[in-house]
Formats: sequence, structure tokens, C-alpha cells
Amino acid sequence: MVRVRKNLIPYMFLIIPLIIYLVWVIGPMFYTFYLSLTDWDGLTTPTFIGLQNYQKLFEDKVFYISLFNNLKWLVSFITIPVVLGLALAMVLNRAIPGEKFFKMSFFMPMVLAMVVSGLIWGWMFHPAGGLINNFLVATGIMEKGPGWLSDRDLVLWSIILVATWRQVGYVMVLYLAGLKSINPQLLDAATVDGATGWQTFWRIILPLLMPVTVIVIVISVIDSLRAFDLVSVMTRGGPANASSVLANFMYIESFNNYKMGYGASIAVILFFLSLIFIFIYLWRVMKDELEY
Amino acid sequence: MNTQYFKSPWRILVYLILILATFLWLIPILTGLVTSIRTFDDILYNGFISWPKEITLGNFQEAWERGGLNRYLPNSFIITIPSLVLTLLLSSLGAYALARFRFRFNRAIFFLFVAGMLLPFQVLMLPVFKLTDFLGLYDTYWGLIAFHTAFQLGFCIFMLRNYMRTVPGEIIEAARIDGCGELRIWWQIMIPLTLPALAAIATLEFTWIFNDYLWAIVLLRSDNLKPITAGLATLQGQYVTDWPVIVSGALIGTIPTLLVFLFLQRYFIEGLTLGSTK
Repeated sequence: MVRVRKNLIPYMFLIIPLIIYLVWVIGPMFYTFYLSLTDWDGLTTPTFIGLQNYQKLFEDKVFYISLFNNLKWLVSFITIPVVLGLALAMVLNRAIPGEKFFKMSFFMPMVLAMVVSGLIWGWMFHPAGGLINNFLVATGIMEKGPGWLSDRDLVLWSIILVATWRQVGYVMVLYLAGLKSINPQLLDAATVDGATGWQTFWRIILPLLMPVTVIVIVISVIDSLRAFDLVSVMTRGGPANASSVLANFMYIESFNNYKMGYGASIAVILFFLSLIFIFIYLWRVMKDELEY
Repeated sequence: MNTQYFKSPWRILVYLILILATFLWLIPILTGLVTSIRTFDDILYNGFISWPKEITLGNFQEAWERGGLNRYLPNSFIITIPSLVLTLLLSSLGAYALARFRFRFNRAIFFLFVAGMLLPFQVLMLPVFKLTDFLGLYDTYWGLIAFHTAFQLGFCIFMLRNYMRTVPGEIIEAARIDGCGELRIWWQIMIPLTLPALAAIATLEFTWIFNDYLWAIVLLRSDNLKPITAGLATLQGQYVTDWPVIVSGALIGTIPTLLVFLFLQRYFIEGLTLGSTK
């Protein structure tokens, strides 16, 4: 009797959080799979229509634009902020005058709401009054600045620039923590053996930072697939869907066009795109577990 | 000042590049500040790069009163604070069980929480919208609070559970032998020992929940319930041609998280790095 009660103790602690999590997070995930097979306007009962949503999706031009935009976002995100963040971490990892101020300047964008960043940058990109075009014209670099958010070839990159501005500080923080955990004796040993700074970086520091890099890349991929706020605030996916990403496409189909079954099928695609990276993350956590 | 650093010309060059990069990084903030105290006519007429004709605080007043920020900002706190308290409370319960007990589904449940925290939100959007509606919580603070509490459990349990495992087992064993109940061990021993991690996680979670935009627009409709993020999007539509008012609103919306960050920076950074590097 006593033994049974003892076994139940952890479940007593877990029961409430677990039920809430199953109802609000895990259950809905599966329900989205079902919804993606239905025709649903958000008000009436969903009707089962098989794979028709997916059929339609694979013929939808906006779907491909959004998908490629997500991929461009993803590729930019796992390169530019990672390199810049690592470079900053390397520079700021030693006693350097003004260290605190520098670090804080790069952290700060992370604290701002995406909506706030989107609005302020939206203003900087303003074709006539904005800082960027004013600067370009005043310095004579261009006669007339481009329409950063209205030119179809530029708009996505303008938004990715904002996202990068925000992401660099985050990557820097993670690498700084990683650098702190490296045993300084290893680096001293390398110097004694006559390694140059460059060699030490490529042969010792970078390999030792590998676990951090994996996490950074997984987080960057997941963040780039989740991207929504900036696009929503700055362009709503326009002009002519040129800056649409899957999350926005899904939101508009579901809540503006009331095609929620269709929206669900977009969400399912997003889910499968993330799945492999979720597995990589879980695998890393699992590996740490086994080392305990 | 530490001049030791500048021992080679290479270092001086790096330092100059660093200063330039920092300046570039701060430009959006500076732009925001400069814009907020100017009038739109002045900026359009004289160009952004010009000396302000007049300095005004009218934009802030406009955004705060007529723009509705005096409603949106309190709403943000009404949504964020209960979500934060609930999710920390529930996750510290769950994390304790996962960190300190051996039972059959321990690892499976732990991975369920971790996997959930990485999901793209869009996968949850429609069912959560439907569920909230079904529970009669659509367009109420509680609908949003319930979702934030639930979704953030994943991250919080992940972090807290790992931290709680580092607490020496002898303390808990000693309490058990003295006949201390499990609930008391959790509250009187585990929670005090976990405070540093709780502080770090709370700082991060405050920023995340406060800055949420997507769920606010999915689960709320009434203008008088909107938090600041959704409110700013409304403001943008309302003052579409008056950027100084929009930018002033955005700056007001930044103050709470900025204060949290400035005063609790150490915890904020600790929170970010807690789970990623081991």
C-alpha cells in the first residue's frame, strides 16, 4: 500500500502541468493534422475532404513563393548572424575597454518586441522620409533611394536584415558562454607549441565550440521557420506576396480568408520542415542525458 | 582604463571596427529617439538628416492618449504577470518530479515537454483558437493567459529540471529521513535552492510573453483587451501617415522590457545560456 503511494508521488507533481500541456500543446498538434484534411471556415463543423487541401497547396503559386522565402531566410540565418555573432564573441571574450557597453548594444535588439523593431525599421526604410534613403541621397551615393519595402526584389532582404540585426546578439551570447567553458590551459598549451592565433582558432577553439554551433544552428533554423511578426508588421507579405513566408501565408488564409482547413495544411508542412531539426535538438539533449 | 588591450596595430583596427559596428547597431534606437521628438511635417519638409525645427513631446502624448497606449500597456501587464506566475509555479512542480524521481515514463514525459517547446507555433494556432473558443475564453485575458502558461511550460520545465538535477541529493534525503513531506521538500528546499534559475527564466519569460504578438491577434479581438504589441499594429493602421506618433508608441512599448533587461541583465543572459551550453 505504502509502496504504491510512493510510486504515485511524481505523478501528483506532474499531473496538472502535464494535462495542461497535453490539452494546449500536444493535442492541438495532432488536431492540426486532422484539420488539414478538412474544409473548415472556423465557424461550422469541419468536413472531411481527404487530401484536397494538399493538392491545392501544391498548385498554389503563393505557397512556393513563401516556401522559397523561408528557405532564403533560413540560409541567411544560419550563416550571417552565426559568423557575426561568433566574431563578436571572439573579440569581446577578453578584457577590452568598454566591454559592457559593447555587449549591451548588441544584446539590446533581442529585448525589443519584434513588432517594435519592425515599426522602427519600417520607418527607417520609408522611401521619402526614412533615414536610409535620406542618407543615400545626402551623401550622393544615389540620386533617389530604392523602395526597400516596395521593390519586389529587395523587400525580403530588407526584412531579413532586421531579423539579422536582432539575431546577432543572441548568437554572440551563446558563443560567449561557450568560450568561457573552454579550458584556458588548452589555449596556453597551443601558444607554447607555437600555434598562431589563427591556427588556435581553427584547430582548437572552433572544434571545441561545436556543441554550441549545433544548438545555434538548430535555434536559427527553428526561428527562421517561425518568422511571422516582422513580415506581418512591415509588409503583410506584400508587395504581391513577394515577402510572404509560410507563417504569414497560413495566417492570412486562415484568419482573413477563413480557409482554416487550408491553413492547417500549411502548418503541417511547416511542422515537417521543423521536424528534423527538432530531432537533432532532442538527440543532443539525449546525448547529454546518457553522459550523466 | 585598461590600455593593455591595445598592444598591436591589429587590435586597434579591430577596436575601430567594433566601434563602427556598435554605432550601426544602435542607429535604429537613435533614429527612434530622434524621430519621436520631431514633427512629421518637419522631417518630410527638411529631410530626416537636418536640425529639428522644433522639439516636441506631443507625439508621446498623442500615442499614449488618443492612440490608446494608456489601455494597451496595462493590458500587457494584466496578461504577462499571471502567465508568468502560473507557468513558473506549474513548471517547478513538474520539473521537481522529473528531476528527482525515478519512474517509468520520466524520460518520455521530459522529451514530450522539450519537443513541444520547439514546435512551430503555427501548428498549434487553429486548434488552440478552436479550443479557446470552445472553453468560452475567446476574446478574454484568460484565453491568452492559459495558452502562454501552457506553451511556456515546455521551456521552463526543460531548464528547471536540468537545474534541479544539480542540487545535491543529500539535502533532500536528509529531509526525507526527518519525515518531511514531498510537498514541503519542494516548497521549502527545492524552490529556495532553485531561485537563481527561476530568476533567470522569469526574466526571459517576461520578455517573451510581453513581446508576443501572434497569439494576441489570434486569441483576442476587442480593442480594449489588446496588449501593447497588437495595439502598436493597430496604431500603425490608425496613424499610417504620422510616423513620429507610431515610433513614439513603439518606444513606449519598449520601456518595460528594457527596464527588466537593464536591471536584470545578468539573469537575462544566464537564462539564455542555461540550456544551450553544457
